[in-house]
Amino acid sequence: MGSKKSLSLKPLKRIAMGPIVSIYEGIQSAIKSLLAALLSGVEVSGRVDNYLEFLAKFGDRLVDGAFITLEQALLAIIVAVIMATIFGVGRVSTSLLIRSISTTYIEFFRGTSLIVQLFWIFYVLPFFGVVLDPYPAGFIAVGLNLGAYGAEVVRGAIQAVPRGQYEAAYALNMSARLRMRRIIFPQAVVIMLPAWGNLLIELLKGTALVGLISVTDLMFQSRQIYSLSYAAIETFGTILIIYYLIARLLITPSMRALETRLSRNLKRS
Amino acid sequence: MEDMSQYPLELNGDDVPMVRFMNVSKRYGDLTVLDALNLDIQQSEMVTVIGPSGSGKTTVLRMLMTLEKINEGVIYVDGKPLTHMEKNGVLVPASDSYIRSVKGDIGMCFQHFNLFPHMTALQNCIEAPIHVLKMNKKEAIERAEDMLEMVGLADKKDQHPIRLSGGQQQRVAIARALCMRPKVMLLDEVTSALDPEVIGEVTNVIKKLVAEHNLTMLMVTHQMGFARDISDRVCFFFDGKIEEQGTPTALFDNPQRERTQQFLSAVKSAD
Ligand SMILES: Nc1ncnc2c1ncn2[C@@H]1O[C@H](COP(=O)(O)OP(=O)(O)OP(=O)(O)O)[C@@H](O)[C@H]1O
Ligand SMILES: [Mg+2]
Repeated sequence: MGSKKSLSLKPLKRIAMGPIVSIYEGIQSAIKSLLAALLSGVEVSGRVDNYLEFLAKFGDRLVDGAFITLEQALLAIIVAVIMATIFGVGRVSTSLLIRSISTTYIEFFRGTSLIVQLFWIFYVLPFFGVVLDPYPAGFIAVGLNLGAYGAEVVRGAIQAVPRGQYEAAYALNMSARLRMRRIIFPQAVVIMLPAWGNLLIELLKGTALVGLISVTDLMFQSRQIYSLSYAAIETFGTILIIYYLIARLLITPSMRALETRLSRNLKRS
Repeated sequence: MEDMSQYPLELNGDDVPMVRFMNVSKRYGDLTVLDALNLDIQQSEMVTVIGPSGSGKTTVLRMLMTLEKINEGVIYVDGKPLTHMEKNGVLVPASDSYIRSVKGDIGMCFQHFNLFPHMTALQNCIEAPIHVLKMNKKEAIERAEDMLEMVGLADKKDQHPIRLSGGQQQRVAIARALCMRPKVMLLDEVTSALDPEVIGEVTNVIKKLVAEHNLTMLMVTHQMGFARDISDRVCFFFDGKIEEQGTPTALFDNPQRERTQQFLSAVKSAD
């Protein structure tokens, strides 16, 4: 893979501060060392005879791929949350223009498929002078797509805040913006969290497509491993489990923790 | 179209009422909820609204809070039009920013308290003073603590609403409204959602308010005894109109209209 060097640029590294990057890289290499230690006795020959050999041979790639998938998911979440907030709030704006723009965004990204959007952002936008590397194109596409679904969740949650809250804020002479920012939105966040839990898992699954524009994510790596080994069950079985573990061990518990934290003063214990 | 020239641009003179409803009508589709209501409330006056369910009591308060738009007439607050503003010498429907500039004089408490659940009692009380009145935080906290003290909840200031009883929540709501230094306070059945044993703690706060503060109040209540105790004037609403009004003694002991008599005896037999 000659182009691989230029693809491995990690915005996460550039955005985040030094310590976070070192911890992140530390975890990544720790997992690799652990894997190596566990598999130290395993002979790696040309052929793959059993699963341990498979892991010994391709484990590092899978770890690399999993971390790229995590990065893509994390960056896409940031994009999705920002878009969902802007356009979800926009959907309930009193301004017809803002409402229309928001509806258009939501309709467009929900009405067309993620893979087509991904290809548009990567292959078509350059004709309009916007050239993106695969890495940012990948998480931006996923983020924009899930952001549209998220915007509907945000809108629904805002509308689910009891009307009395609006009336009380209005009676205290708060402006529309202040009401939204300080009263309605914070309560909507608590309401929308469970739905976001599902959305984020959808988002994680959506990142599996970024390999198609040659981001070296887990899916991309698995297809490479498969073409080298023809070990279909081992390859796709492993990534299935990795995706599942990311969803169930990272996303679901984080969302639960967030829910507990944010609603701790709203429910009687 | 309504002839707006009948309405003065502002009220002048010696005895400008704190609130004036002038020919105010409110309709929902074909249903006329209030029909050409005329009602003046004087500075520092405590006016109580009673009447059967659906007679329009809540609607009167919500119109004054501008939570409901009116269909006809003009409401004045402290001499200034609230629902309308002057344009080229006549009154036209007020813009949102104009309404905001006038309705700051009005505070309201609701049947279901409507405290902000994600904020402590104190935060509930300082939120609007800081962000709307642009009070500095220290001053806002001092004021809020005074008000919470006044309603007897100084020790609960750092509690979230969920950890307060209904009576306590309603008292916080009263303190919160007072922190905005309103000239007019609107109370819509503030004890109706409460357990009987805590009603007293809220009515006592309201009595204290009436005694110690120079507030103009408009209150809807189903508690006739309480209305009699603290009102300067009681208005009996029936079918979107003021059927009868007068001092508590006059209205409760010597009602003139048949409907008032029927209502009062029905309420009495229910007690
Ligand atoms: N948003 C609305 N749409 C249609 N009708 C409404 C609306 N709000 C109130 N009404 C009607 O207006 C009338 C007056 O309602 P209002 O709430 O003012 O009565 P109320 O005197 O406060 O009654 P209660 O004692 O039950 O609180 C009722 O017939 C009610 O059904
Ligand atoms: Mg009512």
